[in-house]
Amino acid sequence: MSGTGPRENVFATRMALTNTKLRLKGAQTGHSLLAKKRDALTTRFRAILRKVDEAKRKMGKVMQLASFSMAEVTYATGDISYLVQEQAKQATFRVKAKQENVSGVVLPAFEVDRVPGSDFNLTGLGRGGQQIIKSKEVYAKALETLVELASLQTAFTILDEVIRATNRRVNAIEHVVMPRLENTIKYIISELDEMDREEFFRLKKVQGKKKRDSAAKTALEEGTQDKPPMIESSIPEDDEASANLLSTKDEDVIF
Amino acid sequence: MASTTSYKDRNLIAVIGDEDSITGLLLAGIGHVSDNQKKNFLVVDPKTPVATIESSFQDFTERKDIAILLINQHIAEKIRPTIDKYNQAFPALVEIPSKDHPYDPSKDSVLKRVQKLFGD
Repeated sequence: MSGTGPRENVFATRMALTNTKLRLKGAQTGHSLLAKKRDALTTRFRAILRKVDEAKRKMGKVMQLASFSMAEVTYATGDISYLVQEQAKQATFRVKAKQENVSGVVLPAFEVDRVPGSDFNLTGLGRGGQQIIKSKEVYAKALETLVELASLQTAFTILDEVIRATNRRVNAIEHVVMPRLENTIKYIISELDEMDREEFFRLKKVQGKKKRDSAAKTALEEGTQDKPPMIESSIPEDDEASANLLSTKDEDVIF
Repeated sequence: MASTTSYKDRNLIAVIGDEDSITGLLLAGIGHVSDNQKKNFLVVDPKTPVATIESSFQDFTERKDIAILLINQHIAEKIRPTIDKYNQAFPALVEIPSKDHPYDPSKDSVLKRVQKLFGD
């Protein structure tokens, strides 16, 4: 019935009923749209999950290769780590972010952005130059995989969050907004019915009273004109008697 | 939601790792020393205290020019609680294997989440 559950604070009028019905319709449309969005995002999310899994495994292999080439360098040139660390000044291997749009969600993706040139021109000048160049390339390849993985991971994090937010909205509409509007509609309808019944009863009452009054009037008129007081009105006996008494008395006085 | 406005200027890759991984990655050209002499890499050896790793991890994640943060898995293991708590989109945190420690997918914080999502 109307009293159960939370509802909007409105006056029970026909206009409010129309408005609330419109809003319920809007909520239903929104709900279905959001549910669709959620499904689209989830599909995308699943695809990305699979890719992340793949890329992680691929990375393991690539990094192993890279480590091996590093070992070759160390074997050929000796320890160059200190030299390399000191000479690093400007990054030549950078990333660039670009955007991708999935059902209204902006997903950034990283792209490798390499600048030609290097800080380590003199490294390996004495010996092991070839190994160093080779290792450089291998590591650059490995980094490309890592960048790809990073963008997948970023997409994963953002999508995860967006899906959660969308889910919350879908559930809020389904479990809070729509029941509330439905309750409001029920309340307004029951209230309007109640008013209808009251109105009907009032009309009945008024009609009854009018009938009684007119009956009394006819009785009075009939009493003044004719003797037989065959009154079928709802006027009580006492009144009738007094009316009769009055009329006889009147006749006496006049004649 | 991640700050979608600022990721355009993020273009560096930062590393926390052991000497060999760092050397290799620097050779590929990711090394960068900023104007205020801040490096974008941290060499960790067995003697490096956990607090140092932790603080530079915080430092790298708060910098505005870093897009990707690479960290060796065995080092990530040392600050695992911090890593697991980290859930920003930028910079993207990637755990990489090192020479002496083969890659173990079951320890990766992202893969753990992936597994959890596939599970249910």
